[in-house]
Amino acid sequence: MVHPSDIVIWIEQLHKIYKMGETEVHALRGVSLAVKHGEIVAIMGPSGSGKSTLMNILGCLDQPTWGQYTLDGEDVSQMSEDALAAVRNRRVGFVFQSFNLLPRTTALDNVLLPLVYAGVAPRERRRRAVAMLEAVGLGDRIHHMPNELSGGQQQRVAIARALVNEPAIIMADEPTGNLDSQSGKEVMEILQRLNRERGITVVLVTHDLRIGHHAQRVLHLFDGKLRREEMVEAPIQAVDTVLEAEEEPLP
Amino acid sequence: MKVLESLRLAVKALTANKLRSLLTMLGIIIGVGAVITLMSVGEGVQAYITTQFQSIGSNLFFIIPGSFEQELKRPAYLTLKDAEALRNPLDAPDVARVAPLVQGNERVTTPGKDKRVDIQGVTPDYTVVRNWYPRIGEFISAADNQGMARVAVLGQDTADYFFPDDPDPTGEVVRIKGIPFRVVGVLEQRGGSSFGSEDAVILVPLNTMLSRIAPRRTNRGEPRLSFIYVQAVAEERMDAAIEEVAQILRQRHRILPGEPDDFTAISQSDIIGTFQQITGVLTVFLGAIAGISLLVGGIGIMNIMLVSVTERTREIGLRKAVGARRQDILMQFLTEAVMLSLLGGLIGIALGAAGATAISYFLRDEGFQAVITVGAVVLATLFSAAVGLFFGIYPAQRAARLNPIDALRYE
Repeated sequence: MVHPSDIVIWIEQLHKIYKMGETEVHALRGVSLAVKHGEIVAIMGPSGSGKSTLMNILGCLDQPTWGQYTLDGEDVSQMSEDALAAVRNRRVGFVFQSFNLLPRTTALDNVLLPLVYAGVAPRERRRRAVAMLEAVGLGDRIHHMPNELSGGQQQRVAIARALVNEPAIIMADEPTGNLDSQSGKEVMEILQRLNRERGITVVLVTHDLRIGHHAQRVLHLFDGKLRREEMVEAPIQAVDTVLEAEEEPLP
Repeated sequence: MKVLESLRLAVKALTANKLRSLLTMLGIIIGVGAVITLMSVGEGVQAYITTQFQSIGSNLFFIIPGSFEQELKRPAYLTLKDAEALRNPLDAPDVARVAPLVQGNERVTTPGKDKRVDIQGVTPDYTVVRNWYPRIGEFISAADNQGMARVAVLGQDTADYFFPDDPDPTGEVVRIKGIPFRVVGVLEQRGGSSFGSEDAVILVPLNTMLSRIAPRRTNRGEPRLSFIYVQAVAEERMDAAIEEVAQILRQRHRILPGEPDDFTAISQSDIIGTFQQITGVLTVFLGAIAGISLLVGGIGIMNIMLVSVTERTREIGLRKAVGARRQDILMQFLTEAVMLSLLGGLIGIALGAAGATAISYFLRDEGFQAVITVGAVVLATLFSAAVGLFFGIYPAQRAARLNPIDALRYE
């Protein structure tokens, strides 16, 4: 068995019920799972399976109706809204399908956004944001606006933003969904590399099995329940060649 | 999140949409501009009236027959003997000078000129109590008055009308009601006042006026006065002087205790006070109208802030996802609203000040000067900030309450 301190996500009998007018939608029906530090886990399932709901709860954007959720040793299932905001700020990094970068805002300013809400001093913010942009291979694009960047580059800015406050987990929701296959590979490569070199835990939500198989473990969700847990013997390794000539080690 | 951060964000959001920000501010700009202009002009009018009446002199009051407040049983008169009684230093120790006056409006002619002019019959004290001296020539003397001399002192306007080419018309003759009067002096120019020009006047000796021009008498045959100027020995003794004069007149007019006075004493401060009350009411009234336009401006801000919150739903969702608390979002949007209204207010103050200055410029010949008070500027600034706060709070709360999941999914 794994030691409790190795576990970053621990959920037990998670239920989520939405009220839609008169009817109740039982989106999650008792999900239990554990994710270890340094793991890449994929959550897969068809639409309506509850994977978005699970992802929202894991990312502390939403709270379970019942059940317990311990993130990085802290019980977050009954927290106040502001306390949850603080947890998201410190422990969770988000990567969205549609990037969600602020328009008319430079890559640098986008990346340092979490540090603003963390109350980090401006000079330190800038230093850390620049370092993070360099880590995702965009050291020469820090003053570009999102509309001046390609889709893959925008997603890399988003990854830098997710990582800048050194969170315990990265929640990546269809991170390659809006990208062509080449850019998608780049993004997966970066996530895998950050996982390998920095031991970052990644929770990947996708409906694409080929993306899912970049993870070490795939959890199949169906009708609000975990149906199957698949251990991936040899996760697909997005090839390093996709990053043009950038072989410098991460800081 | 720090205040500075909110300010930076607000500046960024407002400059991202400059035209919209400007149009949003327009309501506040116009409202504040109107408030500042109106208040400045109101203050200017008060100052103008004050200076107009200060020329009367601060230790001067005048007594007119009758009462503004009470209905009297008998007709009220002031007579020459009343005026003489006020000169008694035992009864009225605080009265320095008394200048009785009879007014009329008569046809005045010179060869080729003909006009109705205000004629005032005055005593030599008049020139002292009014602090109004001849520019050339001399004033009416005690001998002139005693001897009912046919001499006249002209106001500048009258002199200009009857003797346009003559800078010194002393020695010339004007005919008042056909009676020839020798011009002995021309008074200094007083300029326009609220009642029209004081310079359009001819002064003659009181006794001459009473005997030859306006022989008005009471039913007892005593000469009637229009009013009496009374100068107190000092400004601080005004009230005492008024009281002494009232005592003398009540006694002379045989007014029983409890009966109302049949005369009224009016001082400069009374007149200024009355006018200030009137202009004060006007200022408040116009200010209220301007306030309504501020209200409308505020609603405009609220409207645009609501649009802005909707437009930036995804941004709000993202900010919440990366750790913004409710109050961070609230502050961000509230700062934006207050900055909009405050900036509009400051532009409005500048515009209002420009408007007031323009009005002063156009009325410079009348000696009118709008007064932009610090109070008005502070009030306008605070008010516009308050408008921003008040109308910004609802959109900001809507933004702060957004659920991050829905906000992130918003298209």
